[in-house]
Amino acid sequence: MTQDQLVVDKIKATYPDAIEEVVDFRGERTLIIQPDKLKAVCQSLRDDADLQYDFLSDIVGDDYLPDFPRFAVSYHLYSIPKNHRLRLRVWVEDPDEGPETVATVWAIATWLEMEVYDLMGIRFQGNGSLRRLFLPEDWQGHPLRKDYPLGYEEVQFSFNWQEIDARKPYAKD
Amino acid sequence: MQLPSGGDTIQELTVEELRAKVGTGMEIEDAEEHLLLSMGPQHPSTHGVLRLLLELDGENVVNMAPDIGFLHTGVEKNMEAKTYTKALVMTDRLDYLSPMSNNLGYILAVEKLLGVEATPRAQVIRVILTELARVSSHLVWLGTHALDLAAMSVFLYCFREREYILDLFEMCSGQRMMVSYFRPGGLWRDIPEEFEPAVREFLKFMPARIADYEALTKRNPIWLARTKDIGVVDADAAVAWGMTGPSLRGSGVNWDIRKAQPYCGYEEYDFDVPVATEGDVYARYLCRMEEMKQSLRIIEQALNKLPNGPVNIDDRKIVPPPRAELGRSMEAVIHHFKLWTEGFTAPAGYVYQSIESPRGEFACYLRGDGGPKPARCHFRTPSYVHLASLPHMSKGRFVADVVSIIGSVDIVLGEIDR
Amino acid sequence: MGIEQKLGDMGVVTHRLEDLVNWGRTNAMWPLLFGLACCAIEMMGSQASHFDASRFGMELNRPSPRQADLMIVAGRVSRKMAPVVRRLYDQMPEPKWVIAMGDCASCGGIFNNYAIVQGVDEIVPVDVYVAGCPPRPEALINGIMTLHEKVRGEKLTKYA
Repeated sequence: MTQDQLVVDKIKATYPDAIEEVVDFRGERTLIIQPDKLKAVCQSLRDDADLQYDFLSDIVGDDYLPDFPRFAVSYHLYSIPKNHRLRLRVWVEDPDEGPETVATVWAIATWLEMEVYDLMGIRFQGNGSLRRLFLPEDWQGHPLRKDYPLGYEEVQFSFNWQEIDARKPYAKD
Repeated sequence: MQLPSGGDTIQELTVEELRAKVGTGMEIEDAEEHLLLSMGPQHPSTHGVLRLLLELDGENVVNMAPDIGFLHTGVEKNMEAKTYTKALVMTDRLDYLSPMSNNLGYILAVEKLLGVEATPRAQVIRVILTELARVSSHLVWLGTHALDLAAMSVFLYCFREREYILDLFEMCSGQRMMVSYFRPGGLWRDIPEEFEPAVREFLKFMPARIADYEALTKRNPIWLARTKDIGVVDADAAVAWGMTGPSLRGSGVNWDIRKAQPYCGYEEYDFDVPVATEGDVYARYLCRMEEMKQSLRIIEQALNKLPNGPVNIDDRKIVPPPRAELGRSMEAVIHHFKLWTEGFTAPAGYVYQSIESPRGEFACYLRGDGGPKPARCHFRTPSYVHLASLPHMSKGRFVADVVSIIGSVDIVLGEIDR
Repeated sequence: MGIEQKLGDMGVVTHRLEDLVNWGRTNAMWPLLFGLACCAIEMMGSQASHFDASRFGMELNRPSPRQADLMIVAGRVSRKMAPVVRRLYDQMPEPKWVIAMGDCASCGGIFNNYAIVQGVDEIVPVDVYVAGCPPRPEALINGIMTLHEKVRGEKLTKYA
């Protein structure tokens, strides 16, 4: 039995309705997990002697703006002993009530969740250290959301040089 | 979005206000007795614009919290506004000590999303250049790490060899640092004729130079005093904190993505993965020094097996036609125009591609939505993860040791803040 | 022996004060050890063995702004870093000069987005802009020479 199949079987044996969907794309297996089961599934994936997903590689927030649920969070797990990668994914309907934190399972999750919170605005339940990380403390909004503007500034060319130069702030001594 | 103009936005804070508003969420054990010290963002040994908030009991670090974002560039957001090919230039500027590795991680993710694979010749050239980038990155690491630990001369030696590698990069890509040489489906162009002899020359003199660096540092009593038994991480903690690359292998975990999940045909090369067990700064130093030698081995094998053939795949929907064809073929003109204005489309779906960058696991998460631009592009950068483990390593140590620990995990602020 | 006998007593040299002061300033211009991003690596490269900026009396990088004359803004300046850059500039003693090294510091470069200040001249007055992404060490050295030319032309009335 392949490791991919083993994972699905193991989760189904413990949490029968935790897996909503199994997606295979370009040789990568993704398990769409129910948000409220996420932490329990992660814990069992790490502790099971046959799986040993001891390494959390990354947490990625994703924004599908016109769709509902709008946000998705992907957890990229890796098992160093079994040399196998796995992606868990949860849909997030309300960013203020995001999935439960997995910081108790993998210590690094605290920081990875902080990054998702700062740039995507998904609040992980139970992570007490969510704060502005990359941006100044008084910054409004979460830049990686699709409805956040890029903040593009008009580029100066010779035809509009003076017009832009007149309103460009220049520092004084 | 208020633009800070002049110096008037900086607030003058009293000590109490500062403690209440340290901006890092750090728990302060004893605000009365202990000293709260802000190290950075302008500090010579934080390797860029990192700010560390230290709570000190005398000279000992009680608590530490990194404060980052002083170089936040919005790379991930900006890439969503560019086509897959044009977004490539952003990746160079993440980890500016090894742009080749970033290019490779991103390009492999794009190719995975498209479902194409580069030609054998392109694969081998990619291996040669990323290994050269690894050596050049480790050279900067060694130079600056030594500079932080008060060994001035190592820096000058390291940069001498680094200039040679940068000349090699310039030879094939036309740029010293921001190469953007790897493209979806292959390379920008084939390597020039004089590249191979120049690399062979490099392979000839480099082992002796590495021996020179080791003679300067490896058994130097000052070096040993500053690195041995400092910043110790055991294997379990290192894995839990997500450490990768030489920093993880210094703690005795033998995991190298080039061996575990090979890409670009790394399984065909014969090289060792150096592992040390102590988990201190010195162990990480040993791993990196040994890695340079192994990289030279890989480069030599790759040069010997460099196959002939095209460097780009034969798919005009992804790779632009050669310049010479534009004068003869109308079809080539159309392809060229389409590729540089609209770009190619990638299928809907998401992929995750990891590579072993000089610092550890560099990974790119890429989601396509069927259009010509990435819908979401995220980088898992080793430096960001290593930064999180700094407090764990530094607690109870001296301030001087913090400098040594920062150097040993080899962080680059560009890829932390993105 | 030799030249003194031919020219007589060399105890006195007459010169214009401006030229003398400017000569001193150009030949011992200490830069601030202040790296932001990619350009900082090229800045290090220009100070290392191959390009050797000490030929211009600037091998001594001062990490403290209070001992520095020249600020080389090497890299992109984010909105979070902008107040820090200004504060560093304010802390430098007069006379002080600024080189915007690289496209990001000069005009925002390829990062035309919410996070990056579009040109460091919005925060500090810039004397010389150096183009390139990143500029080669030769380009930076050329920028420094250009700044030297500017300093040599400074008048006594402008001295702070």
